[in-house]
Amino acid sequence: MVAQNVFFGIMALVMICSALKVVSTKNVVHAALWLVVLLAGVAGQFLLLGAEFVGVTQILVYIGAVVVLLLFGVMLTKASLGEEADLNMPNRALPAVIAALMFGVMTYALIDTFRDTELPRESVTTTAMVSDSIFSDYIVPFEAVSVLLLAALIGAVVVARKE
Amino acid sequence: MLALNALAGETPTSLIQAGGWFLEKAWIIPALPAISFVLILFFGKRMKYKGAEFGIISIAVAFIFAICCVGQWIGQVNNADSYTEKQEYHDGEKHSDEADHHETLSDEIYRTSSTEEGPAPSEDMTVLAVAEGGDGSGSVGIKPVVERFTWWESGGRAFQVGIMVDGLAVLMLFVVTAVSLLVHIYSTEYVAGDRRYTHYFAFLSLFSASMLFFVLSENVLQAIVGWELVGVCSFALIGHWWEEKPNSDAALKAFLTNRVGDMGLLIGMSILFWSAGSWSIIDINNAAINHDIGHSTLLIASLCLTAAVMSKSGQFILHTWLPDAMAGPTPVSALIHAATMVVAGIYMVARLYGVFFEGFDIAGSSFNVLAVVGSVTLVGAGLLAFVQDDIKKVLAYSTVSQLGYMVMALGVGAWTAAVFHLFTHAFFKAGLFLGAGSVSHSVHSFDMKKSMGGMRKFMPTTYKTFVVCTIALMGLPPLAGFWSKDEILVGTGGWGLFGGTGGNGTYVFALVMGIIGAALTCAYMTRVIYLTFFGEFRGDTHGHGDPHESGKRITIPLIILAVMATGAGFLNFPVGFLTGSKAGWQERFGHYVEPVATYFPPIAHGTPSWSLAIFSTVVALTGVSAAAYYYFVKVNAQSPAATELTNGLTEKNKAAKAGHTLLKQKYYLDHLYTDIIANGTKGPVADATYWTNQKGIDEAVNQVGKQTARAANFVYEKIDQNIVDGVVNLSGKASEGLGETTRTIIQRGKIHQYAAIMFAATTILAGLLIVFV
Amino acid sequence: MLLVQFLLLSSVLFCIGVYGVLARKNGVMVLMSIELILNAVNINLVAFGTMTNNIAGEVFALFVIAIAAAEVGVGLAIVLLIFRNRNSVDLSSMDSMKG
Repeated sequence: MVAQNVFFGIMALVMICSALKVVSTKNVVHAALWLVVLLAGVAGQFLLLGAEFVGVTQILVYIGAVVVLLLFGVMLTKASLGEEADLNMPNRALPAVIAALMFGVMTYALIDTFRDTELPRESVTTTAMVSDSIFSDYIVPFEAVSVLLLAALIGAVVVARKE
Repeated sequence: MLALNALAGETPTSLIQAGGWFLEKAWIIPALPAISFVLILFFGKRMKYKGAEFGIISIAVAFIFAICCVGQWIGQVNNADSYTEKQEYHDGEKHSDEADHHETLSDEIYRTSSTEEGPAPSEDMTVLAVAEGGDGSGSVGIKPVVERFTWWESGGRAFQVGIMVDGLAVLMLFVVTAVSLLVHIYSTEYVAGDRRYTHYFAFLSLFSASMLFFVLSENVLQAIVGWELVGVCSFALIGHWWEEKPNSDAALKAFLTNRVGDMGLLIGMSILFWSAGSWSIIDINNAAINHDIGHSTLLIASLCLTAAVMSKSGQFILHTWLPDAMAGPTPVSALIHAATMVVAGIYMVARLYGVFFEGFDIAGSSFNVLAVVGSVTLVGAGLLAFVQDDIKKVLAYSTVSQLGYMVMALGVGAWTAAVFHLFTHAFFKAGLFLGAGSVSHSVHSFDMKKSMGGMRKFMPTTYKTFVVCTIALMGLPPLAGFWSKDEILVGTGGWGLFGGTGGNGTYVFALVMGIIGAALTCAYMTRVIYLTFFGEFRGDTHGHGDPHESGKRITIPLIILAVMATGAGFLNFPVGFLTGSKAGWQERFGHYVEPVATYFPPIAHGTPSWSLAIFSTVVALTGVSAAAYYYFVKVNAQSPAATELTNGLTEKNKAAKAGHTLLKQKYYLDHLYTDIIANGTKGPVADATYWTNQKGIDEAVNQVGKQTARAANFVYEKIDQNIVDGVVNLSGKASEGLGETTRTIIQRGKIHQYAAIMFAATTILAGLLIVFV
Repeated sequence: MLLVQFLLLSSVLFCIGVYGVLARKNGVMVLMSIELILNAVNINLVAFGTMTNNIAGEVFALFVIAIAAAEVGVGLAIVLLIFRNRNSVDLSSMDSMKG
């Protein structure tokens, strides 16, 4: 128990720091890199929770594809490499207030509800279990997502191509 | 004797119905001239005598018919006289159990006519019954022949056309047809070669038909129609030569003056209709005599009808049209304005005598409107006759004066005297007019002073007939005028001083005026005779030689009329005049003419008095001699051709001169009517009325319109535009403002802002959800 | 391990992601913030799935990953297009929808 909590604590701290860095750094590329750290931390949390397949998928898809894609985007939109003067909106107070407010509300609700709920130990869900579930109970969403991915692919190509 | 008792002013206790073929078919008499009128209009110009033959034949046949009617009526009256105890009861009609003698004709007529609404609206002979009488000791009356048929019904009332034939009607039939026939014959020579010969005869026929129709009227509606018809014919005939303006003016004056009086006629007849409930003359009389109509109603109706009499029969003050009416041809003047039309008023009063008798309280008083009007007329017109140079105008004023006698007689209750005077006057006045026409026909002028004089040498027949008629007019015995005028004077009842009383009251004023009038009549007629027939001829025949006697067609009617003027008086000897076996000849006229029926009021008859007769004769002779002295002696002494004394009274005396001027100006009555009344109405009154209309009435209406427009404008501008539309616009503007504000705040295009708001809202909602739910 | 710590972690990340979406001017940065949000949701899902011993949580998280990937692709394509048209990805100047 303790080890899990310790690991959880370390990883949570790292994640929060990196998230803060993502939203506040003046360097776009640095933001992307901090995002990578975040995503890795999320994968770690997944493993901690016993969801092996999701964790691995997280690393594969997010870090391997999405961040690369974001970096491509950064490059293609000619973001200046290095620090930029104004990456933030002029008015930053309002979003901070909103975020804080939101955090307050959610925290209150969560703590109020789930104060003493314990997670079960030793609950590891194997890939076989996941696949069984996908291909039997959730086959329709699976196919839908495939179509969605296809549409997104075609759409991205159509939207972004040069005329 | 029953006959005399019947005249004692009692209401009869038993009645028999008169009948007879001529009497029942008496409507033929007006129909004949009416047919002649139509025939002359359509065919007259093509006929050999230019339509005159239609006229003469129709009126001659009518005259013969009238004589037959007279004969039959006399027979009926004689039948009534011989009825003593026999009484007949009507069959089929159940009377109620009242033994009332005064079973009014009206009830029976209503009953019978109401049951006789058969499919054929033809004439129905309403055979009327005898009232249940007493023991036969009372007088026996005669119900007149009444024929009628329903013309149309409306409002629950039936309007009927019919005839009523009794003694008075029969008398008038005789007079009208006789004088009309003579005038027709006279006219063939008098208006020979006239520009509208056929038209003239057509209207003569129409006039005869109208007058006969009027005389035979059974109800007052018909009488009004006849009255108006004769007025129209008078208008047409007076204006026969309308190309000359004075003639057309005279015709208009006659018609319009009659119109003034006709208002009284219509109002009076309406009052009588509404109060008596019937148009029938018999019913109205019955209602008046039986006091079914209130006294003041009768008085008002009588006054209105008196206005009609004043205009139609030329009484003061509406007499002004009669002298001007002399602009028409002389035969017309003779027929219409001497013998027949002007007596329509007298006839009307005589017909509705129950109304007047009760309305004016003729019995037992000494003063009433009719008597005063008649008296004033007869003296006033007599005075006016003195200053006329035109022979026809003198005769016209004389007619007015004699009509005054008749009206006065009716006013004092001497009904028979008035009707008898009507009878005799018709003949001698027509004779005078035709004689004047004869004279003027030969000298082509009516002016006595300028064109006549010494005509007795040239026109002996005319002269003799004229003189005979004049003596009749003057009332010298034994000619006709004496008897009739004397009876009027007796009827006034004011001669009690000298013995001889009776009558319906003591009308002393009327008696005095009557006697004065007699003197005046004699005087001015003497003047006329002198100026026309004596002295030297002053005229100018334009190279035709001396004036000569007129042809046979003129002189023969003159002779006939002179004979009538002589003998007519003998028809009505006063009671007490004849004695012995000849007593049956007394009061023949009155006996046959005066109705003895329920519809005639119980009038009293005056007792004739020798002293009055002698006195009036003396007065008449005094008048004759005074005028004769003036003219025959003094003026003739001045010069045979003179017409008046050059240094006469009017030259020397200012008062006399003023009086003379007053008479010459006809009492300034024409001035009053034309200048003051007519021009005043045309001018100031009309202007004032127009001003009131424009400024008062129209202005009010316009103001209402203007104010409404202004109010509407105000409402539109202030209320509609500002308030109502303002509210609507305001809501629009508010929305717009709100939208603007919202837009500037919210929709600035900043996506972040949108997202921020989205998140914030979600947070808040979630918070609310968590906290409260 | 308490469930609530995972949930709190997830909510923190979520709020930071919201802050990033609202406060970042660059389009790509916004997309990165969106990724943050999605990952926070994923943690949430899996935690709940583990808590209830239901595999649906993980399956849902898988699908979210897939969709997030698709969404980033399309989103970047749009950002590219915006960049091509306006030569900048400064979102604060993209207010042609104003009004």
